[in-house]
Amino acid sequence: MLVRNNTNNVRIQSVEAPATGGMEPAEQHKMLVEDLDFFYGEVQVLFDISLLIRLNRVTALIGPSGCGKSTFLRTLNRMNETIPGTRMSGKVLLDGHNIYEDFDDPSSIRTRVGMVFQQSNPFPKSIFDNVAYGLCVNGIKDKRLIRDVVEWSLQQAALWDEVRGKLDNSAFTLSGGQQQRLCIARALAIRPEVILMDEPASALDPVSTAKIEDLIGELRKQYTIVIVTHNMQQAARVSDYTAFFYEGKLIEAGQTKQIFTRPQMKKTEDYVTGRFG
Amino acid sequence: MSCMAQQTYVSSRAAVPNLEFRPKGRGIVPRGLTFAAVLIILLMLAIIMGNILVGGMGTISWEFLTHPPEQGMKAGGVFPAIFGTVALVILMVIAVVPIGVFTAIYLQEYTSPTSWTTRLIRVAINNLAGVPSIVFGLFGLGFFIAFVGGGIDTLFFPEEGPVWGQPAIIWASLTLALLTLPVVIVSTEEALRTIPRELREGSYALGGTRLQTIWRIIIPQALPGILTGSILAVSRGAGEVAPIMFTGAAYYLPYLPGKLNDQFMELGYHIYIMATQSPDIEATKPILYGTVLVLLLLTFSLNSVAILIRSRMRRSRVGAQ
Amino acid sequence: MEHLRFKSKSRWREFAGEKLISISAFTALLSILLIFVFVFKEAIPIFVDDYIKEDASLDKMLCQQEFYEGREAKWSWQPNSEVPKFSLLPLFIGTLKAALVAMLFAIPLGVGAAIYSSEFASRRMGEIIKPAIETFAAIPSVVLGFFALMVLSSFLQQVMGLTFRLNAMNAGIALGLAIVPIIFTVAEDAMTSVPGSLRDAAIALGATPWQVSLTTVLPAAMPGIFAGIVLGFGRAVGETMIVLMASGNAAIISISVADSVRTFSATIAAELGEVVFGDTHYHVLFLIGLLLFIFTFVVNLGGDIVLTRLKERLQGRTT
Repeated sequence: MLVRNNTNNVRIQSVEAPATGGMEPAEQHKMLVEDLDFFYGEVQVLFDISLLIRLNRVTALIGPSGCGKSTFLRTLNRMNETIPGTRMSGKVLLDGHNIYEDFDDPSSIRTRVGMVFQQSNPFPKSIFDNVAYGLCVNGIKDKRLIRDVVEWSLQQAALWDEVRGKLDNSAFTLSGGQQQRLCIARALAIRPEVILMDEPASALDPVSTAKIEDLIGELRKQYTIVIVTHNMQQAARVSDYTAFFYEGKLIEAGQTKQIFTRPQMKKTEDYVTGRFG
Repeated sequence: MSCMAQQTYVSSRAAVPNLEFRPKGRGIVPRGLTFAAVLIILLMLAIIMGNILVGGMGTISWEFLTHPPEQGMKAGGVFPAIFGTVALVILMVIAVVPIGVFTAIYLQEYTSPTSWTTRLIRVAINNLAGVPSIVFGLFGLGFFIAFVGGGIDTLFFPEEGPVWGQPAIIWASLTLALLTLPVVIVSTEEALRTIPRELREGSYALGGTRLQTIWRIIIPQALPGILTGSILAVSRGAGEVAPIMFTGAAYYLPYLPGKLNDQFMELGYHIYIMATQSPDIEATKPILYGTVLVLLLLTFSLNSVAILIRSRMRRSRVGAQ
Repeated sequence: MEHLRFKSKSRWREFAGEKLISISAFTALLSILLIFVFVFKEAIPIFVDDYIKEDASLDKMLCQQEFYEGREAKWSWQPNSEVPKFSLLPLFIGTLKAALVAMLFAIPLGVGAAIYSSEFASRRMGEIIKPAIETFAAIPSVVLGFFALMVLSSFLQQVMGLTFRLNAMNAGIALGLAIVPIIFTVAEDAMTSVPGSLRDAAIALGATPWQVSLTTVLPAAMPGIFAGIVLGFGRAVGETMIVLMASGNAAIISISVADSVRTFSATIAAELGEVVFGDTHYHVLFLIGLLLFIFTFVVNLGGDIVLTRLKERLQGRTT
């Protein structure tokens, strides 16, 4: 994993642990962020972030509230553009293409980089229609295909067994944890390559949280996942890589094991050992 | 365990046919259609305003505003109608503002929003706002004139002809007061909601009673909202014709109303009469347009003032947070 | 330090003030009840008074009548003729015709403008649309009636080559102008109260802004839009001055919008001034008023319930 040093743009620091990480050297990257600055109006909230996101791995973004990790997450699928009065500079590459320049339609990026939100937000529609929504807005009309994909997505989100036979019920009839898994199924239905998760379990009870974490463990085999969390145990449990944000800056990034056991920076150590946050 | 199941599902991913997304349209049709609706509304507004402005501009003069009609409405001015309208809405405000403000205070300060009295009163307010204005006219006739006025007459003036049991400015203004009551309540409530709890608690903590708190802290704070509501009520009341047709408005009077049980002339009613009952519409047209313009200017200037106060109030609320 | 001596507060004044406030609060409730009671009171004799029943029984008001021996039976409203005729059917058809034209005109405009204002308008455009709609709402109905009578009617007659200058279409369009602001305001309010999290969800699934509006916001706000339309209809049925001035007021039975119509509200307005206090005609007019009152009461209550439920549902979701 690469982190560009804040003060010196030329020197690229490799924080990947060479021998003990157990990673194949041929690991590919999926997304690359370079020199990202972000502003709300005149206030700068992200400072010169550079980060590499590995293919089919889970990358956790940690840091105290207000450190910019959620804002950063939203720059990865251009969701930040839906907030008026914001502006950014820098590059975000998806498979080598700049998502801010090489795509005419921002919505087409979001079909490749899906997102799950902190608060489960099902549409006031049936369970089926919730999952089918992404297909419909992206021009899929084949009813049979839609049915297949809905079933497949619900299976992938480990929700199928609980909702089969009541797909026409309103999504609001589901419990909080089920609603969140529905939102994950909905995101999976458009078959994204990357899934962004913004504290997906923070509003859930421990049992539902465990289910979501299991699910992430399954999904990592197929998808590149970026997850924001301020639960450090969760980050340690589910992620392969961890990036620590503080006051809008990326302080340190690397393999999760290394960040939690042998952090390079004092700030990181203070945070992961619970001295602030 | 479901874990096993999940794994089979995950490995079955390849079995799902690939999705081919189509590029999306740019939404020209929905954008265009809804924008057309906006354009038509703006256009209609412009046409109506332009027509009345052009038609009425030439008529309005100092003479027109200060003289009574002459030669069966074909000449002269509209002073008695302006006077009657102003007198009508002043009486209406005196009746409606205290009641409206007290109701709003009761709803916001005295009861919980979920109690059944609050709900019932709210339902009543919403429905009062939707009762057709002609039904208010019927009510004014049946209740104020026949029941209240007639009652006073049988009790105190049994010898004379109708004294209070006849169309009069007091009955018209009370009818209008009921019609505009929801406007005052809603506006005052909005203002009350913006007053922070701490202010109330501060007063209570210093030993103020609830009434003292309301009188010295809450009402002064809510004054812009009360003012807005009153102005909107005046603007609404000044334009209503149906409720006053049978409760006090007169076609033509040689004198100005001086007592509460006098009839009166009113701008809106004047317009209706001139537009529909005039034997020579071409001759009255300039006067007619002039009267419409006066009424429009009156209601619009009142509304603009109300909107201005309200937007200031909202801005100061945002600033305070 | 001097000892402060507080005056004990006047219990009586406190009590009187509080009572004044709570009594005032029930004025609105009392008014609604009184309106019902007093309009109902004047309508009752139709059902009980034998003399009145002679001309205005339910049968005579609702069914076809053979007014003159040997002539064709029909429905007519001619309260002042030698044989008074009180059939409500022509008025009912007239009211419905004018209101339906108004809805046809106002729904696309009101809902369309609300969608544009809530979903597509730039901030600058929004600053033009909202005050324009408020201005529209502030135009007194007598002024709209005047405009329809003097300008719109002649325009429509020339463009469409109509026989009658004052007709259902003319009144309906003017009526539509009066209810556009109601539909717009309620619909726009419903759409803007759709929580941002729903919009985010749709955007994250690759929906474009207009798809978000049409497939997410619009369906979620649909009950509110429907309520706006229903409230608008209630207003169209009850509105008086516009139809009184612009419809021509002929109580005839026809389905053509090019014919003149007489509505319930306009009938009351036009005839109440001339009736003899207490005779059959007087009571029939109050019966019509009662029908209008009950109709709008039901419509408003229904719209109110739908809107409250919608707000609760949408707001419950954001927390």
